[in-house]
Amino acid sequence: MQQFLQQVVSGLASGGIYASLALALVLIYRSTEVINFAQGEMATFTTYVAWQIIHWGVPYWAAFFLTLGVAFVFGVAIERVVIRPFEHGPVLTVVIVTIGLLVILNGLNGWIWTAEIKAFPSAFPTRPINVAGVAFSLQDIGIILVSLLAVLCLWAFFRFTKVGLAMRAAAVNPDSARLTGVRVGWMLALGWGLASMLGALSGLMVAPIVFLDPNMMQVVLIYAFAAAVLGGLQSPVGAVVGGLILGVMLNLLGTYVHAITPELRLPVALAVLLGVLLVKPSGLFGRAVVRKV
Amino acid sequence: MRGTAIRAVAIAGAVALVVVLGFTMTDYHQYQFGIVAYYAVAILGLNILTGYTGQISLGNGAFMAIGGYTTAILCGHHHIGALWTIPVAGLVAGFFGLLFGIPALRLTGPYLALATFAIAVAVPSLAKRFDHFTGGSSGIILPIKTGHYLYWVSWICVAIGYVVAWLVLRGRTGRAFRAVRDSEVAAVSSGVNLASYKTIAFGISAAYAGVAGALLAIGAGYTNPDTFPVTLSLYLLIGAVVAGLGSLWGVIFGALFIEYLPIYAQKTYFGFAFSKQAPSVVYGVVLILIMLLIPSGVAGLARRLYLKS
Repeated sequence: MQQFLQQVVSGLASGGIYASLALALVLIYRSTEVINFAQGEMATFTTYVAWQIIHWGVPYWAAFFLTLGVAFVFGVAIERVVIRPFEHGPVLTVVIVTIGLLVILNGLNGWIWTAEIKAFPSAFPTRPINVAGVAFSLQDIGIILVSLLAVLCLWAFFRFTKVGLAMRAAAVNPDSARLTGVRVGWMLALGWGLASMLGALSGLMVAPIVFLDPNMMQVVLIYAFAAAVLGGLQSPVGAVVGGLILGVMLNLLGTYVHAITPELRLPVALAVLLGVLLVKPSGLFGRAVVRKV
Repeated sequence: MRGTAIRAVAIAGAVALVVVLGFTMTDYHQYQFGIVAYYAVAILGLNILTGYTGQISLGNGAFMAIGGYTTAILCGHHHIGALWTIPVAGLVAGFFGLLFGIPALRLTGPYLALATFAIAVAVPSLAKRFDHFTGGSSGIILPIKTGHYLYWVSWICVAIGYVVAWLVLRGRTGRAFRAVRDSEVAAVSSGVNLASYKTIAFGISAAYAGVAGALLAIGAGYTNPDTFPVTLSLYLLIGAVVAGLGSLWGVIFGALFIEYLPIYAQKTYFGFAFSKQAPSVVYGVVLILIMLLIPSGVAGLARRLYLKS
């Protein structure tokens, strides 16, 4: 029972990391039906920025918020410069462009910061605490809290602010939104900015665990894809729930099913992804799209 | 009539060039040119799927892996002649392609990109897990000597690949492929069986990838999970885009591009040495610029220049 609870909590922690990145993917997919293959590399880039700022001697939490700011500007800039020229192009074209972006950023990260593996400081102590005789890692609990807080902030932003409303309008019906004076193009850019911030968050959370290197987020991106698809690519709630389910499921399978070795973690997540796509492409929370021909 | 004559001259010229280069090049350059050939085979297959049928695939590297491992297992474990394993590798990979094509029918656009990407990522880790067949992380060593062999075999495969592609695409099947690409609704309305043609396109594309993977394994002399990284699949797509989606002869330029760019991007220019990471940055930039400026690739650019003159 102890082991079970421990595994669930550490599963929720990794699930929180997947959920942040999955949420980033969903934010962009909802407004433009584009799957951003570069999301992981953007997150790696911002995590390197954080590492650099900390390296210059700035205290952790100051660097943390500074990085989120940089990530936002970075996301907006990418949308404006790279994605915008393809705004009205076919989806295939935009997907290929994000793959180009993936390749560029992966190279740049290695170019600027070398491929050498770097240690990254953790926001939370790694020592365990005892709750009712079960030892939980403080770091896991911290990660869960940070992810939940981020989701809550995002929800409040979309629910209670005027910009949030405009962004939702631009995503649901761009033409009508434009007629009521919403600047749809900038709303898309804002969405990329927010997505980039969420990616930075997941990068900052995962870097102390797996260490920082140019390919750090590639695996996380796959888990995030699986989480987003499991929840339904359209649904932000789905992305969070999907991420948490995936994190816990992978941990429990790894602990109790001996055929699932660590090498099979990734294929299992991919099997989830493929299975959901084939059986119920709209996921747990998405709506089936009806297309008029 | 003029077009046919130009085409005949161009093909004869290309064949002559390959033969002459085969007898005059140094071993080192010949090896690189052999690599160009199997990239060309793989991109040809991808172009049939993505360029002609409009189905994106980020997973053709995985089918290359299936072909490569087929060759490695037959040749390394069962001592079957490497040459004989090439068609087998194509068939096995093609079979898996058909298998994957059936579920992929339900997926379009970005979902298909995701699913194929998943396959590209999964295959190396699966190869590590099932080490009984694949030798795990250390892979399989092929008991053969490479060299001149690779060059000729690869370029003969390119020639066969071109003939097959031309036969498939010029008739009824090719028309159906293009109809599916341009408008699925219109294609179905005119009696094109969407399911079978999409599945066939996946199968053909995977078979090409399988042959390319077999050639890669023979050329390298070994296979291991790192021989077929995810980036291989992405580079194939970049090659297809450079070639021009929906062009057959552009494929050679796509293959030349992905083989030679890393070699040139790492040299020193005007005293400024590029990093080891430079090639991937240049790959990405070129990919995006081509999508922006000449979405039809080298082939489209040439056609535009030809029509202007």
